[in-house]
Amino acid sequence: MRRRLPPSLLIGGALVALVVVVALLSLVWTPADPYNVVVPDRFQGTSLRHLLGTDQFGRDELSRIMAAARNTLEVGIVTIVIAFVIGVPVGALAAYYRGPLEEVAMRGADVLLAFPAILLAMLFAAVFRPSTLTAMAAIGIAFVPVFARVVRGAGLQVMEMDYVTAARTFGSRGWWILIRHLLPNVSSVLIVQATIAFAVAILAEAALSYLGLGTPPPAASWGRMLSESQNYLYQAPLLALWPGIAIALSVLGFNLLGDGLRDLLDPKLVERLPAPG
Amino acid sequence: MALLVTSRLAALVASLFAASILVFAVVNLLPGDVATSLLGVNATPENIAILRHQLGLDQPVWLRYLDWIGGLLHGDFGTSLLSRTPVAPLILSKATVSAPLALLSAAIALAVAIPAGVVAGVRYRSLSGALISALSLGGIAIPGFWAGLLLATVFAVQLRLLPAGGFIDWSEDPVAAFRSLVLPATALGLVQGAVLTRYVRSAVIDVQREDFIRTARAKGLTRWQALRRHGFRNAAIPVITVLGIQLTSLLVGAIVIENVFFLPGLGRLLFQSVLNRDLIVVEDLVMLLTTVVLVVNFATDISYRLLDPRIRSSR
Repeated sequence: MRRRLPPSLLIGGALVALVVVVALLSLVWTPADPYNVVVPDRFQGTSLRHLLGTDQFGRDELSRIMAAARNTLEVGIVTIVIAFVIGVPVGALAAYYRGPLEEVAMRGADVLLAFPAILLAMLFAAVFRPSTLTAMAAIGIAFVPVFARVVRGAGLQVMEMDYVTAARTFGSRGWWILIRHLLPNVSSVLIVQATIAFAVAILAEAALSYLGLGTPPPAASWGRMLSESQNYLYQAPLLALWPGIAIALSVLGFNLLGDGLRDLLDPKLVERLPAPG
Repeated sequence: MALLVTSRLAALVASLFAASILVFAVVNLLPGDVATSLLGVNATPENIAILRHQLGLDQPVWLRYLDWIGGLLHGDFGTSLLSRTPVAPLILSKATVSAPLALLSAAIALAVAIPAGVVAGVRYRSLSGALISALSLGGIAIPGFWAGLLLATVFAVQLRLLPAGGFIDWSEDPVAAFRSLVLPATALGLVQGAVLTRYVRSAVIDVQREDFIRTARAKGLTRWQALRRHGFRNAAIPVITVLGIQLTSLLVGAIVIENVFFLPGLGRLLFQSVLNRDLIVVEDLVMLLTTVVLVVNFATDISYRLLDPRIRSSR
């Protein structure tokens, strides 16, 4: 008998798929050029020509929201890759070798965990000047301890398993056990963690772009669109609505997908992440 | 217990030390000389050398670190590169905006989350429970700064009930000062409350499955009586752990929301110092906020052990 899929998985999956499709579609088609400035057309309301109206430069709001979806996914993917590439090996090695290596790695993770992503990003922005790169690097590094800790936690359990003992008695080498036995068995917890971290990355990037410390203009980003809309709350209050809805739906999508995957895969050791403002 | 507090305290000091090294390293060892960037590309080598000497940049790195950390411990936070004024009084005056903002947001978050979470947890099978769950899930997805923007649009721009930004100092007009904090604190508190509601709900659901609640019900207590006498104290333990984590995100949320409402607090100061590359202020503020996070984590760790004798005795 087939298991019923959790509803959160279906709704979350659908929302994430929507964001991905919109982002991919924006590569080949948007209703209008998202960067085309038509000053006489500024602050138009919703119409058939401009479904979500136009912004302060007469650019089509819907097209810009679509283009910004791509930016959001790029930032999310890069941050997760950074966190993965550093965090997973550190956690796996800590679980495998134990001892002083584990102690140092985990204490280091605890300290890094005290730096929220946005604080780290502001520190980087002050030293290197703000850019998409500093934002992605900071968010990614802030996630490293989370991934290291879940991999270590799940890895410690895996190392106790009989099949690992069996592999050892067969004379398997350390790296083979790591790749063949440890990583596949922590993959479900990693998938869930990555999905939830993606949602947090979207929120953090939006907040940084809102502050002007993330994606620079003229590239479209939801956070920056919101900060620009703040200057025109009298003329065009709806401009403060659309990018926020886009952020909320994406974050909701990734959160629901993470919840659904957790129900489906049932890993026990996913870490809570503090949500950025 | 005393042993436990001592060992946790030692860990806290070690973490603070490691964090200070990290902050100092990012600011001081990475490329980009402060003196050069302050004076611009047209500066003469002599001028750069003079400024480097004034800033102490010609000294060895370890001496600069000791200088900085020794100063912090004595309440001397150095001098701002930009305004040439001491940083400590600056931070202190900005904290009179940020601290009340954070406290008010936390109060709003708890006032929302505890009743909503308890109802959603007790009635988790009914429509009202599901509705609260769905609302909190939606609330988690909303960035705090957007919530602030929406509240400002409705209550400041459209209805003109509260200020859309700016701050009048407490000493001038305490009522006006409070009024400028209402919208940002509500925005932050509602979003944080949504996150907390989820944890309160799942803690209440979990505790209802415990044997001691079944026993209490078997004795003839109603569901609410059983929860009041035995349930909530136990449900509080996981919630307090989350409270510590949430305080971190409240802090970060406050940094962002201060910039939405142009409140002259620590978050605004940090943001402006980042833009101006006033590295000494940035270094001090990041270290200060990290210290708050670490101390809160320490307090959380100790307090939930105090609440739960089982964890306390087993260390």
